[in-house]
Formats: sequence, C-alpha cells, structure tokens
Amino acid sequence: MKIPFRPIAIGLLVGAFSALLLGRAQAGGSHYFPPVAEPLVKEECGSCHLAFAPSMLPASSWKKMMGELKNHFGDDASIDPALAAQISDYLVNNAADAAGRRYGEKLLRGVSASNVPLRITELPKWVKEHRQVPDWEWQHKEVRTKANCTACHSDAERGYYDE
Amino acid sequence: MNIQLHIYALAATLALTFSGAGIAGPREAQLDQYASATKAANPAFSGFSAARGKTLHTQSFAGGKADTPACTSCHGREPSGAGRNPAGKAIEAMALSVSPSRYSDPAKVEKWFKRNCKEVLGRECSALEKGDWLTFMISQ
Repeated sequence: MKIPFRPIAIGLLVGAFSALLLGRAQAGGSHYFPPVAEPLVKEECGSCHLAFAPSMLPASSWKKMMGELKNHFGDDASIDPALAAQISDYLVNNAADAAGRRYGEKLLRGVSASNVPLRITELPKWVKEHRQVPDWEWQHKEVRTKANCTACHSDAERGYYDE
Repeated sequence: MNIQLHIYALAATLALTFSGAGIAGPREAQLDQYASATKAANPAFSGFSAARGKTLHTQSFAGGKADTPACTSCHGREPSGAGRNPAGKAIEAMALSVSPSRYSDPAKVEKWFKRNCKEVLGRECSALEKGDWLTFMISQ
C-alpha cells in the first residue's frame, strides 16, 4: 500500500497551524476579561465601582486588598469577615495568574512576581493602552477617575474593552 | 351591605396591601428600632422629623472626607434625582416614590449608614439622625 505522505504532511501542517491560530482566538480578542460571575462578589465589590474582573490582577494583589478593606484606597470598605473570605477566595481563584490566566496574562506583562500591584490603572500594559487619553478627559464630570472603566468602555460590565 | 360593596372593599384593601405604600413592614420595624434607641438615649424624644432629616441630608460637614462634605455630594441636590459617586458610579434616586424598592432591607440600610456617615460626617450617625433621615426619604 502506498502511503500518501504529501497529503498527510499537508494535513498535519494545516492542523498545527489551525490549532495555533484557534488556540489564541477568543471573542473580544485580548481585550476580554470575564466579568465577576458570583452575585455576592458582584454586589459587594460593585457597591461603589465596576466590580473589576479578577483576571486583571494577580492573586497576591487580591489577597492583599481583601486584607486591607478598612483602608481601601482611602475608604473604609470593611464587610463581614466571613463574606470577605468568600469574596477573597473567588478573586484569588480567578486571578490573572490562576484561572484567569488566559485572559490576564497579556495585561500582566512586565509585572514581576514580587510586585503586588493594587491598581489595575498602574499596570504597565494599562498605562500603555491609555497613554493617548488626554488629562481633560479623565477630569470630565462623566468620567472623573481612571477607575471608571464604563465611562468609555460601555460593555465593560460584560467583559469587553474593545473601544 | 351588598356583595358589590364587599368586593370593592376587598379589592381596595388588597390594592393598598400590595402597593408600595402597603409593604411597610421592614421599614416601620427599622424606624421603630431607631425610635426605641433614641428614646432610651433621650426620654424627651417625641418622634422623627422629615425636616430635620432634610437638614441632615443637605448640610455640609467638616469631619468627613474632603470630596464628600454632604450627602448631596453623591446623591445629588434632589432626592428625586439620580446621584453619582466619586468613582463615577450612578446612584438611583433616594426618594422612596422614585425608587419604591428602597429601604426594605434593614441590613442594607444599616450597611450604607455605616459607610456613608463615616465618609460624610466622619462618625457614625445616631439613631435619631438615621430615623430622621429615613423619615425624610420615605416622605419624598
């Protein structure tokens, strides 16, 4: 029996190429970060701002933040300790270096393991992506702060940051 | 009385019971709690005042955070209007008539009093202040 080497070789090449391509493909490209899916986490963390996607920070950051709720960026965000533990687990499990890796890996480039960034807006990749936004836009009354993702990213609550 | 009148009376009762105005249980209970606490601290207490609540809501305080000297800093000038917090998040109107589902969860009310009084007044609100403020918002 004659083995059809050429078709097999071509088939393997096509297969390998497709796998490479499709493995990296995802809806929203590299600008999709799954929104918080746990209702309790969404309610508490979303009390005052968009419940930021856990895949945007490493687990160590979430852990540190949840341990310092009394001084949460200048506010006392403390809650019931049992609830805090629940929320912390969820964030840590879905962090950029945990289950959220496939989404957050690119965003966390340039951040070494010893860093414990607390502000998504200070991540090198974030700064780079937003470097063309003028100061006056941040100060606009509908925006007010860099933490207000939804001011410009209208679909941020669903995880999309493509605009 | 004939059957028709009975039916109208029943319908009216049901309508009132299940209308927003009728679901007063948890709100009334919370106000009663605040009233008891206030009375315990001050036997001369004679009832909450929406007017005092309005003053509390609109006045400026020096003891809290610099960017939120008053409740209106985030909640807006009118209780019937939406507000916006410093993080840019929109806040539904506080007036009960505009947001009829508000104030029915005592734990949630307490949670927000705890956070916001600290931010605006720089201290916890007293039972009297909470009762006055709630009375004001329920009347709006």
